[in-house]
Amino acid sequence: MTPDVGLASHGAEEAPRATAGRAPDVFSREGWVPMREHCRDEAVDFVIVGAGCGGSVLATKLAEAGHSVVLFDAGPFWRPLSDFASDEREQEKLYWLDERISGGDDPIEFGANNSGRGVGGSTTHFQMVSLRFRPEWFKSRSALGYAVDWPVDWKEMWHYYAEAERAMSISGPISYPWGPKRGRYPYRAHEVNEAGLVLARGAEALGVDWAPTPLATVSAPHGKSPPCVYRGMCKIGCSTNAKQSMLVTYIPRALAAGAEIRDLAMVGHIETGPDGRATGVEYHRDGGWHFQKARNVVVSAYSIETPRLLLNSACGRYPHGLANGNGQVGRHLMVHANHAVWAEFDREIRWYKGPPSMACCEHWNYDDDDPSRDFHGGYSFMSQGPLPSDFAGTLVGSTGAFGMDLRERMARYNRMAGLKIVGETMPQAENRVTLSDETDAFGLPRASVSFSYCDNDRRLYEHSQRFMTRMLEAAGGGNFLESASTAHLMGGCRMGHSPEDSVTDADGRSWEISNLWICDGSLMPTAGGVNPALTIVANAARIGDRMVRLAKRGEV
Amino acid sequence: MSDDFSDPYEGYDVLSKWDTPSFNDQTRRVLAARRTPPARRFFTQEEWRTLQALCDRAIPQPERAEPVPIAPWIDADLHADRGTGTRYATMPAARTAWRQGLAAIDAEALVRFGTPFADLAPERQDAILTAVDDESLADPYAWEGLPARRFLRDTALKTIVSIYYVHPQAMSEIGYGGPASPRGYLRLGGDRLDPWEAPQGHWPEDEDR
Ligand SMILES: Cc1cc2nc3c(=O)[nH]c(=O)nc-3n(C[C@H](O)[C@H](O)[C@H](O)COP(=O)(O)OP(=O)(O)OC[C@H]3O[C@@H](n4cnc5c(N)ncnc54)[C@H](O)[C@@H]3O)c2cc1C
Ligand code: SF4
Repeated sequence: MTPDVGLASHGAEEAPRATAGRAPDVFSREGWVPMREHCRDEAVDFVIVGAGCGGSVLATKLAEAGHSVVLFDAGPFWRPLSDFASDEREQEKLYWLDERISGGDDPIEFGANNSGRGVGGSTTHFQMVSLRFRPEWFKSRSALGYAVDWPVDWKEMWHYYAEAERAMSISGPISYPWGPKRGRYPYRAHEVNEAGLVLARGAEALGVDWAPTPLATVSAPHGKSPPCVYRGMCKIGCSTNAKQSMLVTYIPRALAAGAEIRDLAMVGHIETGPDGRATGVEYHRDGGWHFQKARNVVVSAYSIETPRLLLNSACGRYPHGLANGNGQVGRHLMVHANHAVWAEFDREIRWYKGPPSMACCEHWNYDDDDPSRDFHGGYSFMSQGPLPSDFAGTLVGSTGAFGMDLRERMARYNRMAGLKIVGETMPQAENRVTLSDETDAFGLPRASVSFSYCDNDRRLYEHSQRFMTRMLEAAGGGNFLESASTAHLMGGCRMGHSPEDSVTDADGRSWEISNLWICDGSLMPTAGGVNPALTIVANAARIGDRMVRLAKRGEV
Repeated sequence: MSDDFSDPYEGYDVLSKWDTPSFNDQTRRVLAARRTPPARRFFTQEEWRTLQALCDRAIPQPERAEPVPIAPWIDADLHADRGTGTRYATMPAARTAWRQGLAAIDAEALVRFGTPFADLAPERQDAILTAVDDESLADPYAWEGLPARRFLRDTALKTIVSIYYVHPQAMSEIGYGGPASPRGYLRLGGDRLDPWEAPQGHWPEDEDR
């Protein structure tokens, strides 16, 4: 139903691969692993919609505890070694390319910018930056005076961060300059590339700390993953399996523990019974609609598709969508401000070598007292290594350059370096996902998204651009260029303390329907100033353990 | 604006690595399939002329007997209705946006110079594109509400560069390493280069210094 995008891998895009008792072996070019299958008419313990960070981790936890699980994903089941090419255009097949309508004062760019589609979710193309939240951010309101508190204690999250870092074999520095002491990262840090050393030199000149970025790509062999070869194409999919995406970490574990995965399976509705409880999901696969019965339904489709599915499941009893009696579904959607400063150097940097963000600075996440600070929240920033087409897009988008001027500027690609923020934005009720009147190829109403920065968000990114320009100047750069964009999605179905202010409780259980759960980035009440994947994985691991305990007590 | 391109990496060609470990089979398949640009199926003949002229001004390639083809891939994407994931609320769907935008560029050319965009001299074409980017249009109504700058930057130019800069000739002219799998890089410095990378580049103004 979605047109094929790739030239190299029609197999994965045209027909489901996980069928007939087997699923792709992601560590092989064409092999298989056995997969348990479940009958559609027999209720499984859990149906999970979306196989990204939230869904893969939860499926693993539940299957390992002996529950029957079917994990759905709308996209393909890739074998990176034979399906991923070294080509930016080909690899657009990893993204959610179906249109969402984007409005508000500062409309969000979707697709490659923040949304994956496929088993492994957005982690098949994420850039592997794996940072923990600052502990106080779990109590932003009571400890720092802005936004809201999470319904979760930071110490519990700290425990699960460590678990997530082990599961994703994070390579990081021996001592990390910010936040409370943490144990050693499982793998040693990678050698920092020249683009990262620009950040390091700038930081040293300005007297702030920097660190080699903790990254989810291995610096030494791990299981069937070879060490990173520094090809720099992480954003378009890692074709060597060095990257510790969900596809090569939790997904094989989930399969081995007996979870079933259904790829190229778009879930269109969640059904509810006469008692108001969820009974299963209707999904489109292999050219037709089918129904899978379940005792529990978990939505893990990320910040746009999770609210969209809940809203699209409206019925007589729940006219405004599921779990939405209080009108909270789709609200408090957040992005990270992703503003950048780029500079030219009088020598070559060659930022295409190595993962794109090998050095990072969290100074502005932890410094509360600097007199220049005129905003709530924080931002981190990292060194950059955009691929050519990506960088050319930034150039034309922010300058309108064309003609020989554009070609000449691009010919300086190897002499560029840049710094880009992951900047916290405030949760605002009016930044939200609703349904449009238009439908997609499945006949499902499209998501319509509205996003506008608030004044605090603007002060934050303006501060960052001043600071990063100073830093690049101190590192010897000139000819600066600023660009504005967003990264990541958070919120949209937040967890909270009471049904008035949120969609679910701290376990991801919806306040309204006791066997309908959410487990993904949309639960995040605040965005923090760091990339979200590690937090989403840690939170999913926490929720998974919690659900297993509740099930043992008969409370699921 | 000069219309000469000075190639800092003259002589470097990423395709010379075709038979080396920098290329894997699937990358070879993708690049081989791109050698033959598809025939026009979406745009009308008239729109096609404007589109080609627009691509030529966005990425002029006077030094090449056979320029890197761009327009056929835009046509192919629209024919297949391959999306980008985003439709700005102020914009129509991609197919309509392209048709409306090209017609409006042509209308601007007619109002200003009495000639279709495709038949104008390059300097005049540039003047039109600059006016579109500044939204200082002689005929704003021809856009029928389509935001001119957003169309030019986010629809037209972004698509054009996303096609040009994945082409091996474009990778070569900027000294990019190109396909790199299974073999990546060993030396991560800017001056410490692997033998399969482009040698250090030369920029004309460096020699003036
Ligand atoms: C280019 C890029 C770089 C990034 N870099 C980083 C980084 O360096 N560090 C970091 O921490 N984070 C990064 N992120 C963000 C990170 O990848 C996401 O925050 C994270 O993957 C979100 O996890 P999730 O489980 O909520 O959703 P996802 O991982 O997006 O998974 C959602 C899945 O649900 C499926 N789905 C949706 N709707 C349906 C439906 N109706 N039926 C069936 N399936 C459905 C989708 O196909 C998708 O596979 C990056 C993201 C992008 C796009
Ligand atoms: S740089 Fe490393 S993680 Fe990134 S794509 Fe290459 S091998 Fe994979």
